Amino acid sequence: MVIKKNVRKKIKKKIKTKIKKKIMTQGRKFKIGKPILEVKNISLSFGGVKAITNISFNVLEHEIRALIGPNGAGKSSLLNCINGIYKPQEGQILFKGEVLDKITPNFIAQKGISRTFQNLALFKRMSVLDNILVGRKLHSKANFLEVAFQLPRAIREENQNKEKCEEIIKFLEIENIKNTPVGKLPYGLQKKVELGRALATEANILLLDEPMAGMNVEEKRDMCRFILKVNDELGTTIVLIEHDMGVVMDISDRVVVLDYGKIIGDDVPDNVRSNKKVIDAYLGVAHD
Amino acid sequence: MKPVFMKYTKADIVNFVVLLVIGFLVIPNVITTDYWYTSILIPWLCLTLAALGQNIVMGYTGQLSLGAAGFMCAGAYACYNMMLRIQDMPFLGALVLSGLIAAGLGIIFGLPSLRIRGIYLMVATLASQFFIVWVIDKFGWFKNYDVSGSTTFQKININGVAFTSGHMMYLLVAAIVVVITLLAINMARGSTGRNWMAVRDMDIAAESMGVSLLKTKLQAFAINAFLCGIAGALYTYTYLKTVEPFAAFNISLSFKIMFMAIIGGLGTISGAFIGAAFILLFPVVLNAIGNNVFHGMIDATIISAIEQVVFGGLIITLMIFEPLGFAKLWETLKQKVIRKKS
Repeated sequence: MVIKKNVRKKIKKKIKTKIKKKIMTQGRKFKIGKPILEVKNISLSFGGVKAITNISFNVLEHEIRALIGPNGAGKSSLLNCINGIYKPQEGQILFKGEVLDKITPNFIAQKGISRTFQNLALFKRMSVLDNILVGRKLHSKANFLEVAFQLPRAIREENQNKEKCEEIIKFLEIENIKNTPVGKLPYGLQKKVELGRALATEANILLLDEPMAGMNVEEKRDMCRFILKVNDELGTTIVLIEHDMGVVMDISDRVVVLDYGKIIGDDVPDNVRSNKKVIDAYLGVAHD
Repeated sequence: MKPVFMKYTKADIVNFVVLLVIGFLVIPNVITTDYWYTSILIPWLCLTLAALGQNIVMGYTGQLSLGAAGFMCAGAYACYNMMLRIQDMPFLGALVLSGLIAAGLGIIFGLPSLRIRGIYLMVATLASQFFIVWVIDKFGWFKNYDVSGSTTFQKININGVAFTSGHMMYLLVAAIVVVITLLAINMARGSTGRNWMAVRDMDIAAESMGVSLLKTKLQAFAINAFLCGIAGALYTYTYLKTVEPFAAFNISLSFKIMFMAIIGGLGTISGAFIGAAFILLFPVVLNAIGNNVFHGMIDATIISAIEQVVFGGLIITLMIFEPLGFAKLWETLKQKVIRKKS
């Protein structure tokens, strides 16, 4: 255990020194700006069970926003509300200052919000490359007849999309498996492919639902590197749910803490760490 | 494998040329008996087209549907009425239009797929099977008020060339099948096919990537019905010639087409060809074996019963050992041979 702890510390240090420091010293290429996504008074219940109660928070442009909380706190439900899979009974979601009224997954995708899923929602029988190519859907305008007859626009788009996806595959360092059906890949790699698919959409906001769950330390380190790099180089705003506190505290700019569907903390990592309510929620405390 | 021409690899082009040579040079020169054309090759190609459509909606898009014969019936009678009522209607034009009419019906009968899925959807799509055939049988207009209840389809004539012999009709059907198969391959390998498969494998994720479920599902149903419509028109014009709607387009034809798609291999183009050949030809082969080998030893009725048993047994064995069908079996064999060589 002692050795393991040391290794973890070292790796964490590495992340910090390598990327975080670079960002800290040189300053970010994309300065954190105005709120891009705002959630206002969202409530969601399934029958009598209240999953989310009156939650409001905002996400600033180009920042990394973490959502944490114990199991069942409503983190994934919240992402599903933003994504349009669940319809909240109350509340509003604002994107770039305008209220989104007709929220469906398709509509949200067109707005430029992409996501990954907690329990992996990859296209299992398709190859890695094909999975990532599906992410390019919104960048291909050719209809099925153009594809069937291989008209110039369809060919041109296909080539452009393939090129872009090869870039992403190279970035994620998964070139060697690009033709393997994703169903045959180990968990860690599948998570990477899912990130790749979300990246392929070139979205403004990425919603990552536990991108590092079930990964070993090394894979986690890689994933952190990718997330920070995407945020740093492309300026993509990132909302992520994660259970590994070390990771959350290291890479995120601000943290929202949920418990039983309510917000119990919303601050920069250092303040969240010392928040009494948060400590209670995680360690458990006797209720009066 | 790098593409050589457009997006086809060298192996694709070699396969394509070999098949073209066999289909258009070898077969027409080697086979001279009309029986082979009219009773085996032509129905095989027609049903392949229908199985291809079934494969697109079921294998690629993952929407269980059972009503191919209904769309075939619609296509056949649309073509018949256009040829009958519109003067100087070119046959190929009527063929494409009847495909489009069937596609329109496909969209209507595909609507339940937006709400229900799986086995329940299959039951809902049965509507096309019963409704279309019933309408055509009920209203005499479709059959040009023929008192006998059956319809005799016109002779095919394209630009003054009559397609009456089995040989000529085979060439016509084969040419149409080649064109449509190429289009289907282009779609299946391109962005269209990826959208289909994304909807099949994980619809919520597909939607989150911007793939419209409504559009993709209905598109698949429309393409399925289009292919079935053309298949139905060709099937009646070149094979059946005289048709009674309820007898020709019954539910067992729908089932047959679905089995062709499944046994050939869901989600493959070649599977439609292999599956159709298996379902259609294997009973013929078994019959020939039964009659020639056991002739005189066993009663003919028992032979035909045994044929059914063997056929059913073979299907069960195949589905147990290779649920992905013949196309997958072929793929594994090919890879084994390549591995042995290297």
